[in-house]
Amino acid sequence: MVDVFLWWIGAGVADEDLLTTLRAEVTRVFEVGARCWHGHERPLDSFDARRQQHSSTRILRWLLEARPRHSGKIVGLTDVDLFIPILTFVYGEAQLGGRAAVVSTARLASDNGFRLDRALLRERTMKEAIHEIGHTFGLIHCERRTCVMSRSVNLVQVDAKDHGLCPDCRRRYAELREQGHHEHE
Amino acid sequence: MSRERTRILIVDDEEIVRESLSAWLEKDGYTLATAPDGETALERIRGERWSILLVDLKMPGIDGLQVLEQARTLQPEAASVIMTAYATVDTAVEAMKLGAYDYLVKPFDPEELSLMIQKIVAQQALVRENVLLRKVLKREYRFRDLISKSPAMQAVFDLARTAARSSSTILILGESGTGKELLARAVHAESPRSQGPFVAVSCAALTETLLESELFGHEKGAFTGAVARRKGKFEMAQGGTLFLDEIGDISPKLQLDLLRVLEDRRFFRVGGSESVGVDARIIAATNKDLQKAVAEGTFREDLFYRLNVIPVHLPPLRDRIVDLPLLVEHFLEQLGAEINRHVDEVSSEAMAALMAHSWPGNVRELRNVLERAIVVASGRVIQVADLGLRRPSAEGAGVGPLASLDEVEKHHIAVVLADCGGNISQAARTLGIDRATLYNKMKKYQLRKDGEPEPEEHLTT
Repeated sequence: MVDVFLWWIGAGVADEDLLTTLRAEVTRVFEVGARCWHGHERPLDSFDARRQQHSSTRILRWLLEARPRHSGKIVGLTDVDLFIPILTFVYGEAQLGGRAAVVSTARLASDNGFRLDRALLRERTMKEAIHEIGHTFGLIHCERRTCVMSRSVNLVQVDAKDHGLCPDCRRRYAELREQGHHEHE
Repeated sequence: MSRERTRILIVDDEEIVRESLSAWLEKDGYTLATAPDGETALERIRGERWSILLVDLKMPGIDGLQVLEQARTLQPEAASVIMTAYATVDTAVEAMKLGAYDYLVKPFDPEELSLMIQKIVAQQALVRENVLLRKVLKREYRFRDLISKSPAMQAVFDLARTAARSSSTILILGESGTGKELLARAVHAESPRSQGPFVAVSCAALTETLLESELFGHEKGAFTGAVARRKGKFEMAQGGTLFLDEIGDISPKLQLDLLRVLEDRRFFRVGGSESVGVDARIIAATNKDLQKAVAEGTFREDLFYRLNVIPVHLPPLRDRIVDLPLLVEHFLEQLGAEINRHVDEVSSEAMAALMAHSWPGNVRELRNVLERAIVVASGRVIQVADLGLRRPSAEGAGVGPLASLDEVEKHHIAVVLADCGGNISQAARTLGIDRATLYNKMKKYQLRKDGEPEPEEHLTT
């Protein structure tokens, strides 16, 4: 069984409740083992001084090197703002059909200047983390707005999603697992 | 469905941009490819179909605007988006002038990019759907190789379809180039005789003696040079259809011979003594006014009635100008395949010039004009100059240069009504007159709401 390792790599303190709930949710949605990893290392070269943001691609590269050897997939959770070179920001990034994914809470916390709702932040982070993990299993974006695999480029879209796969994505996931897309050396 | 069919080419000299953009879009299920420079991009645009081109403005060698310009000619249906690190109004304007779909400043807002791509994909899906629907519609408007949506021609098609099932003689009347032979062929193809031969004779092209021998054949030694027995068109058409074109041009002697054949269903070869039975369906055609010829005594009345069993009137193109866009599309497709040179459309100015032309040579003239235009057009869109129409502005009225004011007005009102699809208010606005005046003029010129002339029977009431 593939084990998904969830690793807090942010600057602030880890939200253990979030990690525990997410671990259970990953197991429920993907029917794989999931663990929380408590490594103290952090990516050092991901910060871009000009953009004042962190490169999600560099973090992915770092995760692949720093991950525990026995991990199947590694998911970094962070509170720093992420970008890819062509976009102003991303909520997260994943290798399509690969091992690593990263998700940031930085833009999920904002709620039009209103008081931060911790439960809402956890909910959003969980959806985005499950979404990125879905990509590592080979799933692409879904056109159903309520499916966790639908593309979300704003918080309204994040909030419109469930944290489960729609029937089509579940079917596709089963096919991908049968074809062995989730297995790694 | 649309996502799988959407092929995106990213052109940028920065590898990191190519990689991050393609990785981001790949997760939407699109087919992605990248090119590091303008040269490679143009090569790929020449060789493959693309839905969207995301092109960096500043690149060494061929820059983004040059790629855009060439892509417009090579693949006009692809949506090109210019990407740049610096937004300047000038380059944005230039890009849009060159036909760019949009203009994005790096780095992009993910929402903006996502919305733009979704919009393009949705629009292209609509275009594809439109093409499909038009194809379905075109089938509705077709009668074999004839195509028309005008009510007058639809009535011709209905009559021809019904007539095809019988063996009765058909007389097709219409100006040169209206498609008389095409209609005859269509009737033959729809008839129970479709497996038999279709034999066409142009009666105006031959002298009396030659035509006689051509139609009825001759025995060996019937005349000097008749070295062997030869079958005539009547015999060649056995079991099929004989199409006698330009029937109004035959001599009195041949009129009599033909009358006998039609009455007896038998004929003699030239120089022969044995009669031969006729098992061919006769379709005759002429651009002459046969009734007038009968009145003037130049055409036999009894032959006229023998031929005029099922008369079919093919209207001239100027009376079914609503068909012009449909015919243009049809000929661009047909001629493109024939001469292996494809153009996508005619510009709106060129279409206006075509609509305004009087088409004395009818559909045949239109086909020739378009054939020339396809050959001389420099891009994939036919321009006014490519048409080679003489004095398009002078012929703007579409009724010839020496038409009366009433004729010009009638024709113009008919064109506007047809263009407005029978919407009287819209037509009145376009003409700059009120609805009551338009109704009065329609009554005066016997025009229907769709711009077509009122049927004959209504004219007398």
